[in-house]
Amino acid sequence: MSKYSMHLLVCGGTGCHAAESDAIVCNLRDELEAKVLTDKVQVIKTGCFGFCEKGPIVKVMPDNTFYVQVKPEDTQTIIDEHIIKGRKVTRLLFKDPSTKEAVSDSKHMDFYKKQMRIALRNCGFINPENIDEYIARDGYQALGKVLTEMTPDQVIREIKESGQRGRGGGGFSTGLKWELAKKSVSDEKYVVCNADEGDPGAFMDRSVLEGDPHSVLEAMAICGYCIGSSTGLIYIRAEYPLAIQRLKIAINQARENGLLGNNIFGTNFSFDISLKYGAGAFVCGEETALIHSMEGLRGEPTIKPPFPAESGYLGKPTNVNNVETFASIPAIILKGAKWYSSIGTEKSKGTKVFALAGKINNVGLIEVPMGTTLREVIFEIGGGIKNGKKFKGVQTGGPSGGCLTEKHLDTPIDFDNLIAAGSMMGSGAMIVLDEDDCMVSMAKFFLDFTVEESCGKCAPCRIGNKRLHELLGQICEGKGKIQDLDRLKNMSVVIKDTSLCGLGQSSPNPVLSMMENFRDEYLAHVTDKKCPAGQCKSLMKYIINAENCVGCTACARVCPVNAITGERKEVHLINQEICIKCGACYEKCKFDAIYIS
Amino acid sequence: MSSIKIELRKEDVDFIKETCSKFNNDSQELINVLHGCQEHFGYLPAEVQEVISEYLNVPVAKIYGVVTFYSFFTMIPKGKHPISICMGTACYVRGAEKVLEEFKKELGIKVGESTKDNKFSLSSLRCVGACGLAPVVLVGDKTYGRVAPDDVKGILKEYE
Repeated sequence: MSKYSMHLLVCGGTGCHAAESDAIVCNLRDELEAKVLTDKVQVIKTGCFGFCEKGPIVKVMPDNTFYVQVKPEDTQTIIDEHIIKGRKVTRLLFKDPSTKEAVSDSKHMDFYKKQMRIALRNCGFINPENIDEYIARDGYQALGKVLTEMTPDQVIREIKESGQRGRGGGGFSTGLKWELAKKSVSDEKYVVCNADEGDPGAFMDRSVLEGDPHSVLEAMAICGYCIGSSTGLIYIRAEYPLAIQRLKIAINQARENGLLGNNIFGTNFSFDISLKYGAGAFVCGEETALIHSMEGLRGEPTIKPPFPAESGYLGKPTNVNNVETFASIPAIILKGAKWYSSIGTEKSKGTKVFALAGKINNVGLIEVPMGTTLREVIFEIGGGIKNGKKFKGVQTGGPSGGCLTEKHLDTPIDFDNLIAAGSMMGSGAMIVLDEDDCMVSMAKFFLDFTVEESCGKCAPCRIGNKRLHELLGQICEGKGKIQDLDRLKNMSVVIKDTSLCGLGQSSPNPVLSMMENFRDEYLAHVTDKKCPAGQCKSLMKYIINAENCVGCTACARVCPVNAITGERKEVHLINQEICIKCGACYEKCKFDAIYIS
Repeated sequence: MSSIKIELRKEDVDFIKETCSKFNNDSQELINVLHGCQEHFGYLPAEVQEVISEYLNVPVAKIYGVVTFYSFFTMIPKGKHPISICMGTACYVRGAEKVLEEFKKELGIKVGESTKDNKFSLSSLRCVGACGLAPVVLVGDKTYGRVAPDDVKGILKEYE
């Protein structure tokens, strides 16, 4: 890399990729060729920078200039101005929303200031398709250290002392899990990486695999050494073609470099990794379901015990960890358990990656120390609520989690605090909701998901969630009764207590937490038949304000069911019996004469 | 199993046979075999499942069970330009439902159906991980970000 004096890093994560970052890479290379600069400046397509809201992102190194929302046609300016003349292109720099000033270095941006990157340490820095760049950033050193200087027990002790807990949602101690798998006696054991990121709104695993696949491969090999396994399997969603492609490249390069295969680092340890594809089933994130799916069966969970550490894939001891968990392991080995356990809260150590999405200004992927408050995450890093609206709640833990409100904003985020607040960490998705979101509709939306994704094996989850969904549907339509709120609650408790796996045990969480935190809103739906957020169609009425109506007939012409009557230049009227509440008239009216009641 | 009846050509059967043998006719590789076949045929009709059953030595009922379990597999052929609307939470709260309604209205089909000329098919999916661009619509391999209901007509026009 030394021959180049400058590097142009272009984000190749999914969000930026979808926004034509490939064209930016091509244009930059063409431009450099035209200006005969290809031997001085290198263009690298990296993994995700995290700041998806402002993508596509181009970073110029070594001066750390961070260009946002770059378009393929901007590339000529970047080369001519920045690379040749040494002048930063101000119009492409990030503008601080409060000071309105351009910020050139990402270190000074609110989005990055409070972040601490361990799992994402290489994302956005290296070309994920080149193993040398990973090695240049201490890659595979942890594996070397483990194989040549440490016994499996020492490694497990180190991981246990670091206090790392599984990042997939369960929060089980990683070291303890490894220890259990090591203790199981068998001729064959398996290391499985759970990359079946099914939680809608979470994309951290995908970003790690796309931006730094080797960190996961290295950690799997370390795990294999500890538990006594020579076979690693990555179970990955088929919906992630880019991650699959980069993993395949990474595995091949690791093999070519002798970092996977036989006698790694000249020791007698051998380890290899292959891929298994998922096919779109949320329940396969549950480890027993995942194992069945890898065996070519329907992804239905089974009762634990036996735990996979005793009897997993093909009946052999199997250790399943999530992508983010694995990605942090090499850093823990190199920097030590003490360093890792100094970060975070008493019972939740280290950092956690969160996917910020929804009604928030800075959608993206962030990594912060455990113990950071929701307020810091949403209002400082996330830049607050979109369009100046009011914050209403944040759903953490995806469809299995709960919705936290204003009163939770100063709670330090960790595994236990989130559970105490009625939610959970889950995989780390945070969906921010504003005043326009209806909490009954949201609960129904999550149930819609759970009903569709329930595997159907156990009755509480299969039938119970469907009933919950029906009840919520009735409430949204204004057919709910006050007793329904108790029925929702009772049924939720039964489903949680009696379901077979994590999916059913957590599926009523959104309903329970939303009913608890937004009781008034539920009451308004059932007693007053009103939706305060104005989202539930059946409870809405479009009404024409006679004072503003000029009789232009635009609304009557656009109405698909002819519910609006009135002569030209006279006040119009909506027949509520016929109105289907499509909102077409509301959008068409230029005189603000139609309002929603 | 399905109302669509098709006749497999010899080369189709050969393809399935090859795919199975690529995975050593191992029944545990069923999902990988199904992925291979769906990529080739575009969908997994009953007839294809029957041939797989023969080579992997797995009852066809079991294969049907797997095909219907996973949302990625489909027994209905997709249109020439398959349209998928992301209904993940991030896209949902940013108005994906209205976009989906608009597609349904414009195409006159429901989710899971194809237009009569088989040009477009409509499906909803959960999170493509491009939440920064929400709401997201995929047409074939092309991603459209920040789609508003008003953009729908324009998107469809690109494929006329």
